Amino acid sequence: MKSLQTNQKPEIVIALAGNPNAGKTTLFNALTGMKQKVANYPGVTVERKEGIWKLGDKTASLIDLPGLYSLDATSLDEQIARDVLTGKVENLPKPDAIIAVVDATNLERNLYLVTQLFEYKIPVVVALTMVDVFEKEKHEIDAEKLSEMLGASVVSIKASTGHGIDELEEKVGAKIGKREEIPFVLNESTENGNAKIFERYNFISNAVQESVKHNDLEEHNFSEKLDRILTHKFFGLLILIGVLLLVFQTIFSWAELPMNLLESGFGALNEFVKTKLPEGILADLITDGIIAGVGGILVFLPQILLLFLFISLLEDTGYMARAAFLLDKLMSKFGLHGKAFLPLMSSFACAIPGVMATRTIENPKDRLATIMIAPLMSCSARLPVYTLLIATFFAEQKVFGFLSLGAVLMLAMYAIGIIAAIIVAFALKKTLLKSETPPFVMELPPYRMPNFRTVFQNMFQRAGLFIKRAGTVILAISIVLWALTYFPRPAENAETPVFTTTSEEKCLCPETAARLKDEAKKAEDEKQSLALQNSYAGQLGHAIEPYIEPLGFDWKIGIALISSFAAREVLVSTLSIIYNVGKDVDAESDTLTNAIREAKRPDGSAVWTPLTAITLMVFFVLAMQCMSTIAIVRRETNSWKWTLFMVGYMTVLAYVAAFLTYQGGKFLGFG
Amino acid sequence: MTLANLEIGTEAKVTQILGETPATKRLMEMGVVPGVKVRVVKSAPFGDPIEIRVRGYSLALRKSEAETIEVQISN
Repeated sequence: MKSLQTNQKPEIVIALAGNPNAGKTTLFNALTGMKQKVANYPGVTVERKEGIWKLGDKTASLIDLPGLYSLDATSLDEQIARDVLTGKVENLPKPDAIIAVVDATNLERNLYLVTQLFEYKIPVVVALTMVDVFEKEKHEIDAEKLSEMLGASVVSIKASTGHGIDELEEKVGAKIGKREEIPFVLNESTENGNAKIFERYNFISNAVQESVKHNDLEEHNFSEKLDRILTHKFFGLLILIGVLLLVFQTIFSWAELPMNLLESGFGALNEFVKTKLPEGILADLITDGIIAGVGGILVFLPQILLLFLFISLLEDTGYMARAAFLLDKLMSKFGLHGKAFLPLMSSFACAIPGVMATRTIENPKDRLATIMIAPLMSCSARLPVYTLLIATFFAEQKVFGFLSLGAVLMLAMYAIGIIAAIIVAFALKKTLLKSETPPFVMELPPYRMPNFRTVFQNMFQRAGLFIKRAGTVILAISIVLWALTYFPRPAENAETPVFTTTSEEKCLCPETAARLKDEAKKAEDEKQSLALQNSYAGQLGHAIEPYIEPLGFDWKIGIALISSFAAREVLVSTLSIIYNVGKDVDAESDTLTNAIREAKRPDGSAVWTPLTAITLMVFFVLAMQCMSTIAIVRRETNSWKWTLFMVGYMTVLAYVAAFLTYQGGKFLGFG
Repeated sequence: MTLANLEIGTEAKVTQILGETPATKRLMEMGVVPGVKVRVVKSAPFGDPIEIRVRGYSLALRKSEAETIEVQISN
């Protein structure tokens, strides 16, 4: 990893450790300002946050460890933290000191981690946060006494106002390079794991008893009152549904405007580059390959930003844990964790933010199972496909006289995806991802006002990671797919009439000019269509025809399947090119629906029947037709094996389901 | 009796942790050790998981996990 400062290596390394919700991020921001950098630890998706802290006349590199309750390495986060503290991470020397962030309102449990930190033989300075909140509840805390009892420096801080920061700096500075007595050591005879924990807590209880004066009115605080509604058996669920709907609505429809803007922005950029570059392969590669491919994924950025905004807000306020609490019973029926709900829900808008949102699930196997099924949720990119096929074949039909058949089919597609996801999750948790049920044990943190700086910072940092992670793979696949549909180039033959209408337009009557223009467009469309049919993608379409024949698809649909591997909605534009109606049509275009209805096989029979359309829709629900998702799954699982497994199982599932739909339908006399 | 059959609102003292699994370890790390006072706050809509109050904070755990915690009702 590159150092933050290219010219000057920090002299000191200081680790920042603490429980989740202890105020670690706020302190990190206060100490480092904007001088921070987020990356991943090598080979894993644990975020590595690092910043520069001016410590007197020295420059320290401040490492923000993941939020931890313990250091016993049951979770990936804990293992990484141990590696950092023992100096096992590449290019990261063992820390010279640790700042342990301790929440005064939750002193005993927060101090548990501190007793473990003592064992690493690195000087520890305790930064005590939320002292004002604690004392407002009429408790008293004696920081000096606590320091004496623990045998480590304790500084009471308030990061938002800067209170205590100078003292912290001084105390940490004084520890650097000093080898000091280890304040707390376990009795050597204690071997049993449970007994060790017990011993640590005894030490803590003793220290806290001496330094804190409790009042007895501590229970029934604000959070507990709020929870009477928010985790209420009935209203709690109702509110949760409302919150999820709001999130869903936002990423589904409110993101549409910025997405459209981005889309037309990339379109305009494409046009602009086309006019600036000489016509030829290079121009086509840059515009139709790179700009269209990368633009196609950056279009999702508004959705991703919005989803991450919501996730950060939900996490920061403390509501996320409540949602998991409310839904755990339901989700555990399918072998999933309560926290899997939000990622899956988000996947209805787009699987990419959904897969990234699984980071909140701590257990790796639970997380992997959730990632594997997230792409089965019908995302918004499938909508144009559904819309086109429904508009073509089922536009006017009604079920039971009042329900539109289109709406029923649409709903059925969503249901197929959900049912498939449940079955797959269940099967995975019984087989490949079988594990002892991981502990659910989860803190319900007190409700707090979110810190907006942290929330926005989180949102942008995650979005930045997404662009970095997905970008390279998507760029590569875009170019390959573009090349497949582009090469081999048709010879510029003389048979295609060349229309030079510019000079004639002026002298001819408007009708003739319009007719000529029309013919020119038709010829251009035809040329495009022929080029695609003769391309490698076209040849591939022919090659896979025998295999997709049992699904009722011909080679032209085969081409569309291949090109829509880039992204599902590409199916619409590919079909438009194949059927000579030009690529700039949308899913509701009459010309395209007519062209689809009139398409004939060589024997004169219609290619498309309503049954073909339903089969294709079923295929699209289940098939992994999205290179961006593949790229992000590769990055998030850090495994090609699991990525290929996902692509493989989804393709098989899609094929089998489509086969059953088509053959079953034919058997029943449809189509 | 175990924490799983403790009635909502009742306070009790943990007497023993049964077994040594990842869940019991996590529970102990979170401060549920013999001698500590706990109170059941509520159960989730489908009866599981439950919320308890321990060492001044709220902790959620599944009923199956609560069954590993032996408690005694304090007077």
